[in-house]
Amino acid sequence: MATSSRLDAKIPQGSLEDKWEKYKSSVPLVNPANKRNIEVIVVGTGLAGASAAATLAEMGYKVKAFCFQDSPRRAHSIAAQGGINAAKNYQNDGDSVHRLFYDTIKGGDYRSREANVHRLSEVSGNIIDQCVAQGVPFAREYGGLLSNRSFGGVQVQRTFYAAGQTGQQLLLGAYSGLQRQVGMGTITMYNRHEMLDVVKIDGKCRGIIARNLITGELERHSAHAVLLCTGGYGNVFYLSTNAMGSNVTAAWKAHKRGAFFANPCFTQIHPTCIPVWGEHQSKLTLMSESLRNDGRIWVPKKQNDTRAGNAIPEDERDYYLERRYPAFGNLVPRDIASRAAKERCDAGYGVGTSKLAVFLDFSAAFHRYGQGEANKNNITNASESQILEWGKAVVKEKYGNLFDMYKQITGEDPYEVPMRIYPAVHYTMGGLWVDYNLMTTVPGLYSLGEANFSDHGANRLGASALMQGLADGYFVIPITVGAYLAGEIRTGHISTDHEAFVKTEKEVKDRIEKLISIQGNTSPELFHRRLGKIMWDKCGMGRNEKGLKEAIVEIRALREEFWKDVKVMGKIGDFNPELDKANRVADFIELGELMCIDALTRNESCGGHFREEYQTEEGEALRDDENYMFVSAWESIDTEKWELHKEELIYDNIKIAQRSYK
Amino acid sequence: MSAGNMRLTLKVWRQSNTNTQGGFENYNLDGVSPDMSFLEMFDILNEQLIEENKEPVAFDHDCREGICGMCSMFINGQPHGPLKGVTTCQLHMRSFQDGDTITVEPWRAGAFPVIKDLVVDRDGFDRIISAGGFVSVNTGNAQDANNLPIAKEDADDAFSAAACIGCGACVAACKNASAMLFVSAKISQLALLPQGQAERSIRAEKMVAQMDAEGFGNCTNTHACSAECPKEISFENIARMNREYLGAKVSSKAL
Ligand SMILES: Cc1cc2nc3c(=O)[nH]c(=O)nc-3n(C[C@H](O)[C@H](O)[C@H](O)COP(=O)(O)OP(=O)(O)OC[C@H]3O[C@@H](n4cnc5c(N)ncnc54)[C@H](O)[C@@H]3O)c2cc1C
Ligand code: FES
Repeated sequence: MATSSRLDAKIPQGSLEDKWEKYKSSVPLVNPANKRNIEVIVVGTGLAGASAAATLAEMGYKVKAFCFQDSPRRAHSIAAQGGINAAKNYQNDGDSVHRLFYDTIKGGDYRSREANVHRLSEVSGNIIDQCVAQGVPFAREYGGLLSNRSFGGVQVQRTFYAAGQTGQQLLLGAYSGLQRQVGMGTITMYNRHEMLDVVKIDGKCRGIIARNLITGELERHSAHAVLLCTGGYGNVFYLSTNAMGSNVTAAWKAHKRGAFFANPCFTQIHPTCIPVWGEHQSKLTLMSESLRNDGRIWVPKKQNDTRAGNAIPEDERDYYLERRYPAFGNLVPRDIASRAAKERCDAGYGVGTSKLAVFLDFSAAFHRYGQGEANKNNITNASESQILEWGKAVVKEKYGNLFDMYKQITGEDPYEVPMRIYPAVHYTMGGLWVDYNLMTTVPGLYSLGEANFSDHGANRLGASALMQGLADGYFVIPITVGAYLAGEIRTGHISTDHEAFVKTEKEVKDRIEKLISIQGNTSPELFHRRLGKIMWDKCGMGRNEKGLKEAIVEIRALREEFWKDVKVMGKIGDFNPELDKANRVADFIELGELMCIDALTRNESCGGHFREEYQTEEGEALRDDENYMFVSAWESIDTEKWELHKEELIYDNIKIAQRSYK
Repeated sequence: MSAGNMRLTLKVWRQSNTNTQGGFENYNLDGVSPDMSFLEMFDILNEQLIEENKEPVAFDHDCREGICGMCSMFINGQPHGPLKGVTTCQLHMRSFQDGDTITVEPWRAGAFPVIKDLVVDRDGFDRIISAGGFVSVNTGNAQDANNLPIAKEDADDAFSAAACIGCGACVAACKNASAMLFVSAKISQLALLPQGQAERSIRAEKMVAQMDAEGFGNCTNTHACSAECPKEISFENIARMNREYLGAKVSSKAL
C-alpha cells in the first residue's frame, strides 16, 4: 500500500538515532527581533499547552493562551495520578532510549511512527530535568535521589511520580512557567474562553473565534500559527475518567476546516476504575495503574459467587492475569488487562452487585511490606496484626490519596476489603493527524498532546501521556514551529477585520442562535448520555461489524433528533454552561459517527481496537499487518461523508512480531 | 444501590451576574441516592429545573475527583461542606440525612466577585502566582535531575505544601477573607527546596504585595483556613511565610 499523496509526514532523512539531532541543527530559525512580531495562539493549558506557551514566550514569540476553565492550572492534566516515564536508567535496570522506544512501539501494537516515538524517547530525560529545576517535588529515596516505580507493559522501573498526584505537580510546574510569562507580559491569558472555530485565509490557519464564557461575546483572535493542545475526546462515551469539561470541539472544528482526523477509533479503556454504581452517575474514577505494582487482580473460581472477597479462601481465587500472562502478570498493558476483566465478567465470574467488577487486592502487599518493616527493624516476634499494620502504613505512603478517594466514593475501606474495579474509557490515542513537525494538514495549524494522534499507536502505555504532552510542548514544538514561522516574518500583523474572520464568526453565531432557538424537549445532557450508551455498547471494548453498522444508523438518527429537539436554557449573551454543553455534544455526536466508521473500516484487531471477528484462538487481538499497517487519516467532505487517506507505517528499526506478554 | 429515596430541601443562592443583587431560592428534590456525589445531586436539580423551564443553577466543576480545584460550594456554612479533607465534588449524599435542608452559597469574599449563582472569579490567585510563584528557569537550562539530591523529608514537606489545589476554600472560610494559606503554601514549597533559594526573598515580597493589592484580608490566626482546607494544607506554612517575608524585608532589595 502506498501513502496517500495528501499526507506528507515530513520525516527527516538519516538513521533513526540521528534524525532529531540533525534536524534540530538544520531547522530554520527566526531571529529574536522577528520573533517579537510573530504571534502564536495556544489553545489549551494542560501539560502540552502550558509547556508550549511558556517555552515559546521565553523564546520571544508573542503568545495568546486559551482555556475554558477559570484558571490554566485546572486543565484536565491536573488529574493524572500515577506518573511520567523517562529513559533515565537511574535504577540501572537496563533501561535506555532504545528500550523506551521499543516498549512504546510494541505497546502501541505496531501502529505508531518510528521517528516520532524515537524522538519522544530521546527527549524524555530532559523533561525530568526541566521539571525538577522548576521545583516539582517528585518522590525521592532516603539518599535524596529520585524514586521510580513500574507501570504496565514494561520490565524496567522508569516511572517518576509524586504520590498519586503526578499530573498535578507537573502541571503546576508548567503553569508556574506560564504565569511567569504572563507576569512579564509575553503571554496574554484568556481563561473562561472556548475556541469555537478556526479561521483560514488563503488556505493557512490565521486565527480562531472564541466565546468569552462569562459575557457570551464572540471574539476574533489572529496569529501566525495556532496550536491546538485541547486534550482527548474520551467523553464521547459520556462516562469516562476524563474531567467533565473535556471535549472534542476544538479538534472537531479544525477537522471540519480541513485537518484530517487520524485513527479516531483507537480509544483506551483503562482496566482499573471504580465500577459504575447507577444511572445518575456523571463520571468514572480511575484507580491509578501504579496500584497494579502491588495489587493482585482476581475473581472467584466459582461462577456467580456472592461471598464477600475476604470470605473466599485463597485456593478458590483465580488470579487470571498471573495465570494467563506469567511474564508480566498484573502488569500487562491496559488493553489486555481490560479485555481479560471483561472476559471473566461476561463468563459469569464478576463480583459485586452489578457483577461487572473484579477484585484488586492488596493483602499480599500488606504482608510483604509489613514483613519488610519488621526485618528492617530487627523484630522477629511481631504478631500477624502488627505486620499488617506496618504493611498498611507503607501502602498508605505510596497510594494514600487513591485509597482515600476509593473510600470516599464507594463507602468501603480498601485497607480492610479488596477494591472492586472495572474497565472504563480513559484516553484517546486517535486525534488530529500531524506530521513530524506536529503540523496538521492545515498549514499553520498544529496539534500537541492528547489532541494529536502521534505517538501511541493503537494502545498507550501508562505514564506515557504526560511524557508526550511535555515532550511536545517543551522540546518539540519550540524547534519545529520555526520551520513554518521562518516563512512568516514578512507577513506582519494579521487583521481580524479580514472577511474570513467576519464570515467564520457569523457561522459560529448562526450555530449558537440555532441551538438556542430550537427549544425542544431534551437537555444536552440527555443526548450526551444516549450517545455514550451507543458508543459504549457498540464501539467500546469489543466491536463487531453488525454492532458498528447499527451504531452508525443510531447516531445519525440521534443527530437529527438533536437538531430538532434539543432544549438549551439561558441566554446567548450570558454565562451559560448549558449552551457550552450543547455545542460540545453536537460535535461529539458527529465524532461518534466517524469513530464507528473508522472501527468498521479497520478489519483487524490491534491494541485498544478489538474487533470480535479478528482474534486468536486464545482470545488475543489478531492484527493484519499486510492490509492494515497504516494510519487512517479521515478528511471531512460533508455531513455523513468522509474520505479515507492512508499513511503507510514503515518499520526499519524494529522487528514486527505478534505482541506477547506471556 | 442507586435507587434514590432521599428527599431534600435546597436553599440555593441565585444571582444573575456580578452587578445584580442575589438571593436564596428554595427547591425540593426527591429521589436522591446516598451514593450520589453532591454535584450529581445538583445535576438532578438542574435536570428538574430544565424540565420546569427554569434556568439551571450555574456552578463551577470539572475533574470531579478533588484535584482541579474548580468546584467551590459553601455548604451549610462551610466551604466544601461538612467533611474534613474533602472537596464538594467528592462529598457524597450519604453524609446527609433524608429530609435535610441544605444551604448552598458561593465563596464570599470581596476579592472573589460572584460571576453567576455559585460561580466566582478567582483570577486574583493566578495574578499572585504571576508575581513570583515560580522558579525562573527557562526550558532547556536544566542540569541532570539527580545532580541535585534533596533530602526526602524536604521533598515530602515541599510536596505537602504543593498539594494545594487553589480552590479558594481558605479565603471563603476566613472571616477576613485572607489568602495567606494559599500564598504561604506556594512560598513554602519553593523555600523548602534548593531550586527555590535564589529568588527566595524577592518571591515572598512580591507575592505578598500582590496578595494585598488584590484586596485579600489579613490573617488574625483563627486557623479556619487550614481547618476547612480540602487538602489539609498546614497552618505552619503561614508561620513560615511570615518568617520568609520578614527576612526579605530586612534585607530588601526589591523596593
Ligand atoms: C484520571 C486520569 C489519570 C491519568 N493519569 C496519567 C498518568 O498517571 N500518566 C500519564 O502519562 N497520563 C495519565 N493520564 C492521561 C493524561 O493525563 C492526559 O492524556 C494528558 O494530561 C493530556 O494533556 P493535554 O495537555 O494534551 O490536555 P489537557 O490536560 O486535557 O488540557 C486540555 C486543555 O485544552 C483546553 N481546551 C479544550 N478545548 C478547548 C476549547 N475549545 N477552547 C479553549 N480551550 C480548550 C482546556 O481548557 C485545557 O486547558 C491520565 C488521565 C486521566 C483521565
Ligand atoms: S471538580 Fe475538581 S476539585 Fe472538585
